[in-house]
Amino acid sequence: MADTRSVIGTQNKKGQTFTDTWKMMNEAPRTPSFFTGSEVIKEALRRASCDVMIAYPITPQSEAAALIGELFAEGYIGDYFRGESEFAVMSQCAGAAFGGARVFTTTAGPGTMRAMENFPMWSGARLPIQMIVTCRGINSPLSIQPDTLEIAYLLNTGMLVWHAETAQDFFDWILKGYMVSEEPDVHLPLALCCDGFFVTHTKDVVNLTPADMCLPPYDPYRSPVPCMDMECPPVRMMRDPFVMKSNYISYATHASWQQEIWAAVERSRKHSIHWLDGLIDTENTDADIMIVASGTAVSQGREAIRLLEEEGVRCGLVKVKTLRPWPEEEIREATKNAKHIFVPEFNVTGWLAKEIKATIPNHERVHAGPHVCGGMTMPPEIIVNEIKTTLGLHKSFVMAGRGS
Amino acid sequence: MSDYRVLPGPEHFLPPAAASMGIRLPNPGEAHINGVIASEEKAYEEAAKQFLMAKVPTIFPGPLVLWAWNEKAAKKAAAIRQLYNTLKECVQPGQSPMLIPMPDYRPKYPKIDPEVEINPNHPNLTIWHNKIDCCMFVGVHCHQANLSLKIIRGGTSCYTIAMCAQAGHEDAMLSFRDASVEKIMKLADWVRKLKGTVQPRLTSAKSGASN
Repeated sequence: MADTRSVIGTQNKKGQTFTDTWKMMNEAPRTPSFFTGSEVIKEALRRASCDVMIAYPITPQSEAAALIGELFAEGYIGDYFRGESEFAVMSQCAGAAFGGARVFTTTAGPGTMRAMENFPMWSGARLPIQMIVTCRGINSPLSIQPDTLEIAYLLNTGMLVWHAETAQDFFDWILKGYMVSEEPDVHLPLALCCDGFFVTHTKDVVNLTPADMCLPPYDPYRSPVPCMDMECPPVRMMRDPFVMKSNYISYATHASWQQEIWAAVERSRKHSIHWLDGLIDTENTDADIMIVASGTAVSQGREAIRLLEEEGVRCGLVKVKTLRPWPEEEIREATKNAKHIFVPEFNVTGWLAKEIKATIPNHERVHAGPHVCGGMTMPPEIIVNEIKTTLGLHKSFVMAGRGS
Repeated sequence: MSDYRVLPGPEHFLPPAAASMGIRLPNPGEAHINGVIASEEKAYEEAAKQFLMAKVPTIFPGPLVLWAWNEKAAKKAAAIRQLYNTLKECVQPGQSPMLIPMPDYRPKYPKIDPEVEINPNHPNLTIWHNKIDCCMFVGVHCHQANLSLKIIRGGTSCYTIAMCAQAGHEDAMLSFRDASVEKIMKLADWVRKLKGTVQPRLTSAKSGASN
């Protein structure tokens, strides 16, 4: 039962005007700015009417967290503090969101894994927290370089998971993300991922919305669960979890609760399509050869397509923007003409290829690769090589310097 | 569009959430009936018919209307009382309208009394104990409403209606969205309008207690 009084057009204490988000993102003038991805996160948060940001340093997200600290000092963030650990940060984020705050945090790599227990808890509690994941290696041997393996672990938490290709995606999707995750029929946390360093530490031209416009504030009364206080559930409900009782209805309640989380992920589909202009972007979907990718692998794929065109090989592209909700029908449609589907990934397991194989008919068309991992770069030439080798256009080439 | 239809149960040991079966919520100005998008006007008529057909048509108001935490909630509560009174005036002998509150989602000790209240964690008890064959949720937080609606669909044959103040509920057999005082009153008008035109299922009533 949301308050019907609109704040649109009024000003916050910093003099920013609360602006209709659709107008702000689609109609307001944009200013080209040369920023790193971390600086772009700061600029998005400046406009996000965020109540609470909680930080714990881990590379490569530390810089973004520190920059948001500056925003707090400037008065754009309601509260800001450092938690004792990543696990503590995510727990504290839950507390703030239970209390009705718009919450933001950032994480990366092993920190994400350390905090993992909290993510399904966020989803189960229907907390629309936004978490930036600046992906880095999580496995031994230790690497601080970009590697998207941690996304695979987030896919089954019940969170929305989006994978940004560029800093421009990051800026837009941070702001749009709150619009999707705070819908009352969704009301789930969002893991907005990017490939660390490639996005966070490189500078790019990003078109920013005016700094004197900001999102309307979060309205906790639109939550599908009651806001927390000491007399209201879910806190009191959790004192006596129904799962502690061994009877059919207790199990049915818990099972229904879990189903409801995934139903909410499904409901996010139409809102994500609305705000992101579709769950995927496509090029040349009539081509026999398709590259399907997410994150910066999309950029590498796009360059590979250009190189292949120079050799007379026509190739199409699917950019997967959201991993949860999973664009099953969209990918099926976009790849229906493809004889060969290549899935370049910055991780060792090939989780995106597995998702695609599980989605489309005749999945033997999917070539899981090329893969790089541990932070290694993926030159577009190795995508070209993978495609040409598979098609028998030439023999595999030998990487320079190997094994001498 | 999905082939799945949201129908009175008992559907399954563990029925799926309707959203995962492809049922989509209505857009503003629309409603859904059995998972099929319909005009609000058609939904008013169908909801009123279901109320007037039922042996025990029941309204389950939740905290968002039972707690007078703002003026709007109080007005909605008054509208729901009026809908209930209208229902009582319009039913035929043998029909027993009920108003059963859901003021709180917390566990009850030592157990809930399903004759006088409903709890989202075990809504089937209230349905069974009162032989409710048609009910409407109003003012229940969406998450809790969906849990209840799904458990009811799974284990009982009760027809469920949701009068939702937000985006609506796929797990009800009929759902309105953006509920307001005006919409509640309009449903009452439809009940009054259809008075005497709908045959109640008295002798062949499908009991809510289906197992």
